Amino acid sequence: MTDWRETVRTAVDALNARRMRSALTMLGILIGISAVMLTVGLGLGAQRQISDQINSLGSNMIIVTPGQTTSGGFRGAGQATTLTTRDASMLADPEVAPSVGAVAPTSSTQASLQSSETTWTSTVVGTVPDWLSVRAREVETGRFFTADEVTASANVAVIGSETATELFTTGSALGQEITINGQPFTVIGILTEAGSSLGSNEDDTVIVPSTTFAARLSTSGNAISVSSIYLQAVDADSLSAAYQEVNTALLASHQVTADDADFSVSTQASLVEAATSITGVLTLLLGGIAGISLLVGGIGVMNIMLVSVSERVREIGLRKALGATPSVIRRQFLVEAGILGLLGGLLGVGLGYAGAAILSPVLSMTVEISPMVTLIALGVSLAIGLVAGVYPASRAAKLAPIDALRSE
Amino acid sequence: MSSLLSMAGVRKVYDTGVVQVEALRGIDLEVAQGDYVAIMGPSGSGKSTLMHIIGCLDVPTSGHYELDGDEVATMTEKELAEIRNRRLGFVFQSFNLLPSLTAQRNVELPLVYAGVAPAERRERARAALERVGLGNRVDHRPGELSGGQQQRVSVARALVTDPALILADEPTGALDSVSTSDILDLFDELNESGRTIVVITHEHEVAARAGRTVHIYDGQLTDESLPAAPAGAGR
Repeated sequence: MTDWRETVRTAVDALNARRMRSALTMLGILIGISAVMLTVGLGLGAQRQISDQINSLGSNMIIVTPGQTTSGGFRGAGQATTLTTRDASMLADPEVAPSVGAVAPTSSTQASLQSSETTWTSTVVGTVPDWLSVRAREVETGRFFTADEVTASANVAVIGSETATELFTTGSALGQEITINGQPFTVIGILTEAGSSLGSNEDDTVIVPSTTFAARLSTSGNAISVSSIYLQAVDADSLSAAYQEVNTALLASHQVTADDADFSVSTQASLVEAATSITGVLTLLLGGIAGISLLVGGIGVMNIMLVSVSERVREIGLRKALGATPSVIRRQFLVEAGILGLLGGLLGVGLGYAGAAILSPVLSMTVEISPMVTLIALGVSLAIGLVAGVYPASRAAKLAPIDALRSE
Repeated sequence: MSSLLSMAGVRKVYDTGVVQVEALRGIDLEVAQGDYVAIMGPSGSGKSTLMHIIGCLDVPTSGHYELDGDEVATMTEKELAEIRNRRLGFVFQSFNLLPSLTAQRNVELPLVYAGVAPAERRERARAALERVGLGNRVDHRPGELSGGQQQRVSVARALVTDPALILADEPTGALDSVSTSDILDLFDELNESGRTIVVITHEHEVAARAGRTVHIYDGQLTDESLPAAPAGAGR
């Protein structure tokens, strides 16, 4: 019947004639869309950040920690005595775990450091040379300690870049003497910057040989216990095989069944999954709350369209008298509501992008808005407009022309 | 049959739920091609109802109504809309122009619903406005035109689809005497050029221009041979 250009033109004219009201109605959709985009963007950004951090811990990594993951009850997580250096050396045996490439048992403690200039408190980690490859770290200057130095319990330390600048504000830390909890150590290497990961600053740390740690720094009283064992599968394909091997070997040597295991084995993937499932739920929750504002915006569109219909009863009657069929009238109002929704959505997407650009540096988090999310947002806003327009439009379509013309 | 409009036994009953109001009690009316008919009657006589039914804005409760060869009484809402669009041109007392549109676009409106292409629409609307003497006012909005000019625009809108029948409902009711005779002259011209016109009015001045006057009283047509209706409608 009528052409779409004319329908759209008429709708735009009608919206334009009530500019203030149209703008306020669009504001509802605008706020809703940008709120949803920002909350979902924040959630996705956080998810990405967390998984990036977990992935930055190393590659093809498996982490064994004491305690159990299943919340069965009495054996709490984090009891440090169940994992030992013996477990680590067993897992390093290629016959026990052929898919495991490198093994790095670690123990850590907070310790006070002293240089010739100042004192500083940092996390001290006792481990083995494999730590470097398992955790995907590099030495910036100097070198990492060797297996021989581990065997010899040498008093050598590799320190993080931030620890280095804190302890030695003027010259290089390399080759300098420091004390850790009163014990003298020589700084033999400085690690390349890695940033912070999962709340721990990877650049403020001191790495020492595990034997030295056990003999001189450990506070646990049990010289062979470790706080976690980092393992690296030989390649990405053998990750799940390595996981199985580690699990089976530990269950056998600890003489426990899977149900009451006193350790837990996780891969990076499982850590990412666990972390993202939490943020995923949060994102959904916050997005849902923001979605309610979108719903309210949609109700605003419906409200204003109903007002518009009752204000324009005469116009509708006239159009009908001149030959507009009910479906033409219905389409006219649907297009109007759709335009309200879509324009509100477009502006909301614009505000979403602007908000993301402003919020990202302020929150020091990435607000991730993908083109896909943008398209969905636009689609949703159009759909909201159309759905909100259905009832008002069908009311307009049903108006009898005589009643419509009579109302003066 | 040479009749353009033919009504037989048209009745219209409004059911208010409590009482039934019989607005039309059996109307028989014939309007031939090229006729100029005035329908007169006091308020409450059923005049408006008759106009709505002639204008296909409403359907009779019973009876037959044939317009330009089509039985209208049983048509659906959609078919009625098409009949109104193609066969009828309306002129209302209060003009009923859309205030936000220019004269040109107001006149184009019925053509939009007829699905006429934009270029042809513009041309025909302009021709219709020139026909009513407003060729120099095409881009004016109703608010910028006098009452008489606005009514000319609505006459142009009624003409633009080249309808079988022009139906005018109190076309001069909102006009001063100069504009009134202006519009009536225009109707005379249109009728002389072969247009069929039905005008609903309560003004004798208007009815006097028509070739024939029909009186409606209490939902029934009374003796239509008496143009002055001395005894009929007491007003």
